[in-house]
Amino acid sequence: MEYVNPEGLRLDGRRPMEMRQLRAEIGAVSGADGSAMFEMGNTKVIAAVYGPREVQHRSQMVNDKALIRCEYTMANFSTGDRTRKPKGDRRSTEISLVIRQTMEACILTHLMPRSQIDIFVQVLQADGGTRSACINAATLALADAGIPMRDLVTSCSSGYLNSTPLLDLNYVEDSAGGPDVTVGILPKLDKVTLLQMDAKLPMDIFENVMQLATEGCKAVANYIREVLIQNTKQLEHRRGV
Amino acid sequence: MEQRLANSLIMTVNEKKFIETALLSDLRVDGRRPFDYRKLSISFGREDGSSEVQLGNTRVMGFVTGQLVQPYRDRPNEGTLAIYTEFSPMADPSFEAGRPGESAIELGRIVDRGLRESRAVDTESLCVISGKSVWAIRIDLHIIDNGGNLVDASNVAALAALSTFRRPECTLGENGQEVIVHPPEAREPLPLIIHHLPVAVTFAFIGKENVVVIDPTHHEEAVMGGSMTATLNTNGDVCAIQKAGGEGVLQSVIMQCLRIASVKAGDITSKIKSAVESYNTERSLRKIKRHNPSPAGYKH
Repeated sequence: MEYVNPEGLRLDGRRPMEMRQLRAEIGAVSGADGSAMFEMGNTKVIAAVYGPREVQHRSQMVNDKALIRCEYTMANFSTGDRTRKPKGDRRSTEISLVIRQTMEACILTHLMPRSQIDIFVQVLQADGGTRSACINAATLALADAGIPMRDLVTSCSSGYLNSTPLLDLNYVEDSAGGPDVTVGILPKLDKVTLLQMDAKLPMDIFENVMQLATEGCKAVANYIREVLIQNTKQLEHRRGV
Repeated sequence: MEQRLANSLIMTVNEKKFIETALLSDLRVDGRRPFDYRKLSISFGREDGSSEVQLGNTRVMGFVTGQLVQPYRDRPNEGTLAIYTEFSPMADPSFEAGRPGESAIELGRIVDRGLRESRAVDTESLCVISGKSVWAIRIDLHIIDNGGNLVDASNVAALAALSTFRRPECTLGENGQEVIVHPPEAREPLPLIIHHLPVAVTFAFIGKENVVVIDPTHHEEAVMGGSMTATLNTNGDVCAIQKAGGEGVLQSVIMQCLRIASVKAGDITSKIKSAVESYNTERSLRKIKRHNPSPAGYKH
């Protein structure tokens, strides 16, 4: 199947280095301390953050740091076929672990000892790149909750089909069986915190694909910063400043 | 929800500081240099498809079994490969019997990604009747002793077990619908077709300066800020990478780690291949001894 036609357009009309349209909304869940909704093309996720609050299971309390918990679930209606088990299956457990460790690296946990921060991410529409969208949504939600972080964490995926590096794969391109590289970076520090790859790729091509994903992450970071600045201006306006 | 990593070794602040300070002078607590692997030994059981790997203090056993099943609807011509991990409580006090915890699932998925997505095992040759009957290969990994770096040891155990596994030969019945499975005594069982060996190499990032060490021990894992597992083969391909959060590292460090990993992957692949070869030689010798009458029978 042709994923990049001779004119250089992909299946959905994008250029190889073009990201999907981003859309973010802060405060999607009114009951949470912080929440955000993030869309990357047709992929839509909601993240809610509760914390810092008292640790629910005393045995898990850490004396010098905050405990971070994360749960990733996919809504039954998020994919084409209704999924039977939205959470608890292996993939969801692994992605919960990945998101938790990624956010743990950037939250200043030592400032909130003996407390717990819960991050809940739910995928409402899955069209490829759910992991990245979840991390971006979690970053926004943590910022909305006012939790101190070293830097934003932004994430983007990229692949390599028809000998072309492609940025931000959608579901069809992802299930093509080609390599899928997901990168999560701390943009200001320019450090890679999340890197996952599957399927074979020669090492030099891998470097290009990872570089492309990193550029995508930086673009997402710029967008997220804009969204946060807009949100702050709105809050100031509401307070009458 | 299991919160802690499988490695919840409780270490004193002094021990942690000692490990970090020693690394600043390129010394590791067990005497290795930062990019040295521990001693790897691979041994096989009597049955085909069972292996035991010892990497320093870490011991993992791998078992491969096959069964005829119905294929997935969207892949009627391909066999299936499934990996099951068992973190036995005897390996580490923090492992619990029963449902696999987070780290058990992560380990299973890392080994699975390395084997399945990179197409190391040829699944199309496992098809017997398209759409009806295919071989389902099941790899069971049992962790016997956790001395650190379970991922690499489990990966080697899985590869070694797959390389020595033999599935029974099967032929179609008269009407072409029935599958007859021949027992190993009747027809020699067939090995799996393995295109390449994806070897996992794990790096740990320790301390504020993010010193990189390869093949972390149990103690180093308790101190590390992040880890990265790179699965590569000897053809220069990167099969899978897993860096699930943890401390941020520069891109140049990642590429340097990949280059070191490809060298180490070459070493490990040659070790696996030579171990498998000696097993196969010994296996054929055993067969010859069985069929030839022993000289002792001619005593009188």
